[in-house]
Amino acid sequence: MTEQATVAKATETHRSEGALMPPVDVIEDASGITLYADLPGVPKDRLSLQVEANTLTIEGDLTLNAPEGMEAVHAEVGLPRFRRVFTLSRELDGDKVSADFNHGVLKLRIPKTAHAQPRKIDIRVS
Amino acid sequence: MIYKALFPRDVLAELERLQRDMQQADGFSPSIRGLARGGFPGLNVGNTPKSVEVYAFVPGLDPNAIEIQLEKGVLTIAGERKSNMPAREDKSTVHIDERFAGKFRRVVVLPDDINPDAVDAQYRDGVLHISIQRHEAALPRRITIQ
Repeated sequence: MTEQATVAKATETHRSEGALMPPVDVIEDASGITLYADLPGVPKDRLSLQVEANTLTIEGDLTLNAPEGMEAVHAEVGLPRFRRVFTLSRELDGDKVSADFNHGVLKLRIPKTAHAQPRKIDIRVS
Repeated sequence: MIYKALFPRDVLAELERLQRDMQQADGFSPSIRGLARGGFPGLNVGNTPKSVEVYAFVPGLDPNAIEIQLEKGVLTIAGERKSNMPAREDKSTVHIDERFAGKFRRVVVLPDDINPDAVDAQYRDGVLHISIQRHEAALPRRITIQ
């Protein structure tokens, strides 16, 4: 876990009162980071993604079409909201985030800025 | 940072998941059949006078690959969610690994008055909604005093 992620977790617990923390997978490769988040029950129009000053916020409202007069007898998903915040590090390009949301799974691709891409350095032998 | 690496990553993820599950399962007493591994999928159950509504939170699945069975008043939801983790030889790093992957099976014991022939299942936005009608006779009726 990177230090940025740890910092993000600290801010997140502070702010996440009244919201569920969606489980995520974060995978980094040479050209960027891929994030998957489970947001079941969130319709596309109730999902909000925000990148602001190196902070990525994922928020979603859960909508279940419950019949009228339903009485909950057992609830493991006990809040109608998801929220999770991450701090992006400098080499990530927050302006070029692409998102894909399908069957309640959000896939985010955050590319690294061009100058942060790995380069092979040639060693010259004199 | 170096000490953290001594722990296998999935143990930490497992602990976090446990903590999350405990927070979510506030005031809930588990049934004798227990909880599925990692509590996946999450289940919500509701009652109406006419039906029993079961919501299973199974994001990212092909609805055709989910198996629903109703036998002797026991509803079983089973399936498998594929892992999207990179192959070992890939040059990528997994920073957070919290999402469930693998086979799952969860069981709900339904009330006695349900009609096993009137079951409706829908999959929308990663939520499987199963609605089971109750028998007419079980509906509460007002009894007039003569």
